Amino acid sequence: MSTVIEANGLGKAYRRNWALRDCTLAIPEGHVVGLVGPNGAGKTTLLGLATGQLTPTRGTISVLGAPPAASPAQLARVGFVAQETPVYARLTVADHLRLGGWLNPGWDEELARRRISQLGLDPGQRAGSLSGGQRAQLALTLAIAKRPELLVLDEPVASLDPLARREFLRGLMEAVAEHATSVVLSSHLIADLERVCDYLIVLVASQVRIAGEVSALLASHCRLSGPRRDPGTLPAGQDVIEESHTDKQSTLLIRTGEPVHDPAWTVTPVSLEELVLAYMNPANEIPARRPRLGVAS
Amino acid sequence: MIEFQLDETSGVATYLQLVQQVHQALRMGMLEPGEQLPTAQQVVAKLVINPNTVHKAYRELEREGLARARPGLGTFIVRAPAGTDPATQARFLATMTDWLRSARSAGLGPDDIEAIYRTAFRTCFAEGAA
Repeated sequence: MSTVIEANGLGKAYRRNWALRDCTLAIPEGHVVGLVGPNGAGKTTLLGLATGQLTPTRGTISVLGAPPAASPAQLARVGFVAQETPVYARLTVADHLRLGGWLNPGWDEELARRRISQLGLDPGQRAGSLSGGQRAQLALTLAIAKRPELLVLDEPVASLDPLARREFLRGLMEAVAEHATSVVLSSHLIADLERVCDYLIVLVASQVRIAGEVSALLASHCRLSGPRRDPGTLPAGQDVIEESHTDKQSTLLIRTGEPVHDPAWTVTPVSLEELVLAYMNPANEIPARRPRLGVAS
Repeated sequence: MIEFQLDETSGVATYLQLVQQVHQALRMGMLEPGEQLPTAQQVVAKLVINPNTVHKAYRELEREGLARARPGLGTFIVRAPAGTDPATQARFLATMTDWLRSARSAGLGPDDIEAIYRTAFRTCFAEGAA
């Protein structure tokens, strides 16, 4: 499987402080990947390294099979929308498109103009007087019109109102549908991620706690509730991610490859949000996958 | 043409929601063989979901033999799902109703009845899966 981003033992230090340390991950191509994790997990640093704006202190990273920002051709293959979606306040919308055309060899002028007119933006307006939502849409237009193979977005919608957020994601998803672009998107807004992502990575303290296709993650986790029970007595193949107990009752969030048939449990599906919270919680120890014992089936 | 909806509170995976809505529309006669399903672009623009999710739903419908992709044209319905024979459905509905009446007259409340049903359902399908 081809990867869009691959990191091995990747680290970035500022003086003696590690913003990212010993991070190893592989993000497959052809997905819209949600990158979630608590503040300080290293998401922004990772995306900065992936787009070549930062250089690693340790380890390696490759993007679309090559070092990030190694050449103008490599730069053209990756589009980036930064936090707060910065634009040039004194330049007009049309100026931004002209700049995009000068700086990007694969610039799709027709696509850029079409998006600007669909969005109802006035080409003569200065970017500094655009609303937050319009500014984000302009930044997204610039990134999409590069016609990149990979789009990287660092919390692009964090500061937008719900309507502007929905419109931004609509533009992003339309671009993915039209150009089959791979996307890596960091966000704290799990409801948004649930809508638009088909692959999820939970990053905590530079480490991948869980990664995989969203549908597979949801299918392989569930919540069990029933009479109090020691989680150690669960059958092999059922790994406890999170547990809580009262004197009479146990509630477990488990990872399992098989349906749970024990009639003592009430089994309910977990939402993506519950799953992410369980994996983000530093109090939860994530067990390594236990091999199934030799039970004849 | 079918118009998809998204229920974010259902806990059902988005691609499955699309598949189920096609099944439902076929059963109700709102969608018929020969009709085209919306393109991924159209679904994405309406629901703001990942186009891969739409592709996945359509692949599932193809796997079930209900839809077929025609390259360059789109995905089309080829047949309706084989429904259960109405007489059989009616027979089991009648048995179930009789059972519910007798449970009720034995003093069981709705919660008791639901718990019994769920346990029996799970036992029955666990046997089937084993």
